[in-house]
Amino acid sequence: MTFLGWLTIVGFAAILTLLALPLGAYMAAVYARERSFMDPVMRLPERFLYRVMRVDPDHGQDWKAYAKSLIIFSLAGWLLLYFFLRTQMLWNWTGLNPMGFHSAPWNVTFNTVSSFITNTNWQYYGGETTLSYFSQMAGLTVQNYLSAAVGISVAIALIRGIIGRSGKSIGNFWQDLIRTILWVELPLSIILAVVLVSQGALQNFSHYLSFTGITHLANQIAMGPVASQEAIKLIGTNGGGFFNTNSAHPFENPTGLTNFVEMLAVLSIPAALVFTYGKMSGNRRQGYAIYSTMMVMFLGAAIVAYIAEAHGSPAQHAAGLHTAVAAHSTGGNIEGKEQRFGIAGSALFDVVTTVTSCGAVNSTLESFTGIGGAVPFANLSASEVIFGGVGTGLYSILLYVLLAVFIGGLMVGRTPEYLGKKIEAREIKLVAIGLLITPLAALFCTALATASAAGRASIDTAVTGSGPQGFSETFYAYLSQANNNGSAFPGYTGFIQPNAGNLGSHGITFANLLGGFDMLFARYAPILFALAVAGSLAGKRVSPAGLGTMRTDNPTFVILLIGVIVLVGALTFFPALLLGPIVQGLTSHLYS
Amino acid sequence: MKRDLVTAGIGIIVLTLLCGVVYPLLITGVSQVAFPGNADGQQIFVHGKLVGSKIIGQNFADQTYRHGKPVLTSAGAPVTVPDPRYFQTRPSGTAPSDNAAATAFANYGPNSTITLKALQSNIAAYIALNGRYYPGGLTAAKIPVDAADTSASGIDPQISVANADIQAYRIAAVRRLPLATVHRLISDYTSGRGLGFSGEPGVDVLECNLALDRLTGRR
Repeated sequence: MTFLGWLTIVGFAAILTLLALPLGAYMAAVYARERSFMDPVMRLPERFLYRVMRVDPDHGQDWKAYAKSLIIFSLAGWLLLYFFLRTQMLWNWTGLNPMGFHSAPWNVTFNTVSSFITNTNWQYYGGETTLSYFSQMAGLTVQNYLSAAVGISVAIALIRGIIGRSGKSIGNFWQDLIRTILWVELPLSIILAVVLVSQGALQNFSHYLSFTGITHLANQIAMGPVASQEAIKLIGTNGGGFFNTNSAHPFENPTGLTNFVEMLAVLSIPAALVFTYGKMSGNRRQGYAIYSTMMVMFLGAAIVAYIAEAHGSPAQHAAGLHTAVAAHSTGGNIEGKEQRFGIAGSALFDVVTTVTSCGAVNSTLESFTGIGGAVPFANLSASEVIFGGVGTGLYSILLYVLLAVFIGGLMVGRTPEYLGKKIEAREIKLVAIGLLITPLAALFCTALATASAAGRASIDTAVTGSGPQGFSETFYAYLSQANNNGSAFPGYTGFIQPNAGNLGSHGITFANLLGGFDMLFARYAPILFALAVAGSLAGKRVSPAGLGTMRTDNPTFVILLIGVIVLVGALTFFPALLLGPIVQGLTSHLYS
Repeated sequence: MKRDLVTAGIGIIVLTLLCGVVYPLLITGVSQVAFPGNADGQQIFVHGKLVGSKIIGQNFADQTYRHGKPVLTSAGAPVTVPDPRYFQTRPSGTAPSDNAAATAFANYGPNSTITLKALQSNIAAYIALNGRYYPGGLTAAKIPVDAADTSASGIDPQISVANADIQAYRIAAVRRLPLATVHRLISDYTSGRGLGFSGEPGVDVLECNLALDRLTGRR
């Protein structure tokens, strides 16, 4: 561990907060349809989109209508993306398939499409060996935008439900979708993409480079429109890499500086949305309370991960390597990490992308130490509420807030209220079920996959060996897909590619289908419950706060909220966590 | 319902045009005008011939020949030995090594005997290459971790300064250069941390090797 390593973590938290405050205020203005500085640029395209899509933005939707629009839109996106990926060769006339890649098999495509539509971006394919530039742009980049915008829309709808003063409307889905794309995602992505290229990221449509190196070996380097996809991949907490090795690839993440910028990009919207909530609810302290909750848990995770990774792994120590920081050497567990990011930059990136639903990686989680690898498990076990995905994080933690208010109410023996609205049996039922869906999906799929021969086929025993690591891989795969995260212990695979290029590649149907359904179910079911809660709260009258009203904006409530989140996550996942990462973290035993 | 279907159908098409065609083309246009070198991958040419990208790691090894024919592995990849005249990049998990057209993680677990075997073989290879040039000889404990551990991308373009300093003894001896010259070259091609704090310094291997060739010629 080094001073600069710790400075990276602390400085990151500070700069993130400074960025999120103004961005949150800006987004509050966007969704309240107040004036903002982007209006002169975006008003025209907004009106154009309303007209061609035949949208009446002033038409308020109740939660059922909102949900119906959302589901139908997602279905349309699913179908178009499936069509694009399965007909990859049909689009060669665009000149955007210079390497002549065929389409991936149906099972892998099912998984990939479900993955990008749900903001998961789990990848059972290798980007540079499978997909044409056309598929990456018109297919995947588009869903990077849309799935993120859908998530933000749900969060905004839930906020409107909580603060609604009258009636049933929780906003208009189409309006939220379009305003998110135009006012939030496009400007941020354009800025980020240009910044990344200025620091060395790739952006072209060239044929892969072929050349003979200085020692006369043949080399080939993959090309592509990388920066444009990289930017929205991070801004929208998507995480699907243009290349197989994701943000570890030098063309996606060329320097230590871009690594820092990319981490900020991932957390900017999730962090800002918390302040958006504070502003829209007219009570900024509510936002600060939730932000503090998230930040405390985030810093805890980052500290543990950094210490664990700086310590080195049992395999390194057995091989006789010295893992202490030395002059001009990073020390620590640099296995599966890039020199330019070092230990702190890799550990922090890992935490940033697993607390959110981003799932980008700049180092391979499979090679993290037992405890370092337990951190992403823990982040996912908290159901992505430590900042969380764009939108998903906020609506999930608001469900947790309602649960904490309910539990607090039981303790003091009063009818629980949140922002003056009574929390009654109906809401608590919806909240409880909504929060349990993701863990249920994760554990059910893990059990199915570990108990069946078909599931074990995905554990690549040749590389990782049996033992706890194989269980960790499987558990993480379904936990990550259920949480719509998309990072992986990549030893678990659903795609076999015998040679470079995707001719002759085939998918493992079991892993592809189970994962695909895992993602779809754990994405849309909680969205429906969150919208139902919004609808249920929207119509409620606000009663004035009295003496006995439990405060939800002070440190006591922050502690209660952390307690509830940790308790639910721990009770649900602890037995499974013990079998995998924790047992490896507690022993220096090597498994064959 | 019908209205939603129409809106969703039209919406997905126009938004695909906006986010999937207009946006990437805009970024490509801006990048190609403002930062053409970066956007094309920081290609490096020697005498008009492409020799690599500044930020993509390569395998600086020689093809093994037997009876005038290249030796191939069972998978058809060429069998190579590291070229002692050049700085060597980190161990790579791709097939073949440093394959920038099909990157892959090595996925060595922390508590695995397979990882241990891979580390031992990397350490042995490193000692075989550098041990006899290094004053006092090399042991596992003296080897910087990045020289034994596999990189993430498999094409890490950089090595740690400690790693380069050890290789410097070999290169100085093989190329008959003063050690100080090689050290100066290392510090010339070391990229610092981002804004002085983010990440770690690293030596750009390809640029170092090209500079060596400029100093002493290829042979």
